[in-house]
Amino acid sequence: MSTDQPTITVCDATLRDGSHACSHQISLEQIRAYAKASEAAGFDYLEVGHGNGLGASSLQVGESLVPELEMLAAARAELKHTRLSVHVMPGFATIERELKGALAAGVDLFRVGSHCTEADITQRHISHVRAAGRHVWGVLMMSHMVSKEVLLQEARKMQSYGAQGIVLMDSAGAYVPAEVTAKVGHLAAALEVPVGFHAHQNLGLSIANSLAALEAGARIVDGTARGFGAGAGNAPLELLAAVLQRQGYVTSIDLYHALDAAELCAKLFAGSLPVSNGITIVSGLAGVFSGFAKPVQRAAAQLGVDPRDVFFELGRRKVVGGQEDLILEVASELARRAQPTPTP
Amino acid sequence: MGVKKLNVAILGTGNIGTDLLIKVLRSEWLNCRLFAGRNLSSPGMTKGSLLNVPVSARGIDGILDLKGDVALVFDATSAEDHVRHAPRLRAAGLIAVDLTPAKVGRLCVPAVNLADCIDEPNVNMVTCGGQASIPLAQAITRVNPGITYLESVSSIASRSAGAATRINLDEYLMTTEHGLHEFTGCPRTKAILNLNPAQPCVHMQTTVMARIASPDLARTRAAVAAMVEAIRRYVPGYQLILEPMTENGRLVAMVRVEGLGDYLPRYAGNLDIINCAAIAFAEAVARRRHA
Repeated sequence: MSTDQPTITVCDATLRDGSHACSHQISLEQIRAYAKASEAAGFDYLEVGHGNGLGASSLQVGESLVPELEMLAAARAELKHTRLSVHVMPGFATIERELKGALAAGVDLFRVGSHCTEADITQRHISHVRAAGRHVWGVLMMSHMVSKEVLLQEARKMQSYGAQGIVLMDSAGAYVPAEVTAKVGHLAAALEVPVGFHAHQNLGLSIANSLAALEAGARIVDGTARGFGAGAGNAPLELLAAVLQRQGYVTSIDLYHALDAAELCAKLFAGSLPVSNGITIVSGLAGVFSGFAKPVQRAAAQLGVDPRDVFFELGRRKVVGGQEDLILEVASELARRAQPTPTP
Repeated sequence: MGVKKLNVAILGTGNIGTDLLIKVLRSEWLNCRLFAGRNLSSPGMTKGSLLNVPVSARGIDGILDLKGDVALVFDATSAEDHVRHAPRLRAAGLIAVDLTPAKVGRLCVPAVNLADCIDEPNVNMVTCGGQASIPLAQAITRVNPGITYLESVSSIASRSAGAATRINLDEYLMTTEHGLHEFTGCPRTKAILNLNPAQPCVHMQTTVMARIASPDLARTRAAVAAMVEAIRRYVPGYQLILEPMTENGRLVAMVRVEGLGDYLPRYAGNLDIINCAAIAFAEAVARRRHA
């Protein structure tokens, strides 16, 4: 076992990505209970909020059970060493309406994301958080869709705005390990700030991809307890904790408490834990945002079409995160095409 | 002797201003007296010169020098600039059609309130998403009173979003929300904008969603169809692609806007619709003066 492995920052996204898995119905009781467990497990950050981040509670994506500031306050009260983070997508979240409230609520880290080609829309949000003296990272979502060269160019923009870390999200669960190695390696070698990876489980590769990222130079890794996240879920934190220990990476995780947090999550969110099925597999193959799983199933059932067809058509259109409204259009279009043409 | 055209000037020679110029040149009711910006060698200014349009690099001063020879000015500069321009245009007795989010004058969405705006000295064209969504939202709330929450979601091609749009995303969202609220009276409104980099570029699409348990779907569909027809008179590429339907406690309707492809590419329906709205207002002013 090597003793010179680097220190890894582990981000627990259970109470943010998991929002997608339970149609945004996370309660304050669940937040309090899980935040305690995350703190005990020693994760560096706990991310809380709507699945698409601040200001994303909407008819478009789904409305949160609890207002976001109450969610943040509930988590804040339970955390001491584990720091509180939020996801932020300009286009949903504004500085005036959402960032200022989250700053006042004591959020430690703002992870400001955009679709992987649109980093310049994060400039004002990133600068605002930096000016307020808090930590801010840049997040490139749906990063399977473009080359490592484009990712580096966009990551450099975020770095120039003040981002202190860059996370590549495999929002669709579409990566295989060789791609992770190439892209994370390219960024880790060229950026001045640490690089992270956020995996999804659609093709069953979340842990393999997370490990590939670490071996390629990532110093930040995301996961969720029991994989509680969009689509087929994320890299399960209890498995990440075990693999990190097995490979000798230095972390602040307490393994037993990380395992306990997973058990607690399974109890708290029983009935909503993600499962791998034909729909999540097709979603990963088609390269569509994992958060679309539930709305696609709902629309497909109402309109009498195959949800897998909806995913492949959304993939063909290169739909990005936030475009949930197109699900209804695509499903309606498929339903119309499926109707027998009237004979004269 | 044909129709007496209204003399107008265009302030700002970027993409929006230059596309407006092409639309003015095609109009039976408008005559471009001056195309004014800051840089004679900009692509827009070059295009204007090639089209034999009088140009000036002296901005608003060039327009004000024309004194009584211009009646209406399209301002396609920036919100900060329009705040400075507005009082000077007003003092000179010029009607201002503001394409920036400055919100100095009355909000104008031609399909909804053209007649009410016709005597205003300054009208603001809200935002592209506002021009696309407010008429739908207005039709929906008229038929279904008591809606307390409305959303407008627009997706546009990344290439149609210039540097100004990107840096002003928050202002876009808040101006669109303000417009939705003003025109529908709905207490809570929300706007969302998605940029999609897909190639070939995607056309602008806008979805309006309302939280309502049991809408009058038949009347909603009729009201929305009538509204779409009204908009198509000045935005030919405006198409209803999802008839009002209910799903998961939401009433949803969706449109796609194909641009005219004048100076900007056809996928940039977001830029086309706000320009078409500005032209519709100016032509209404011209018709009224002629009558």
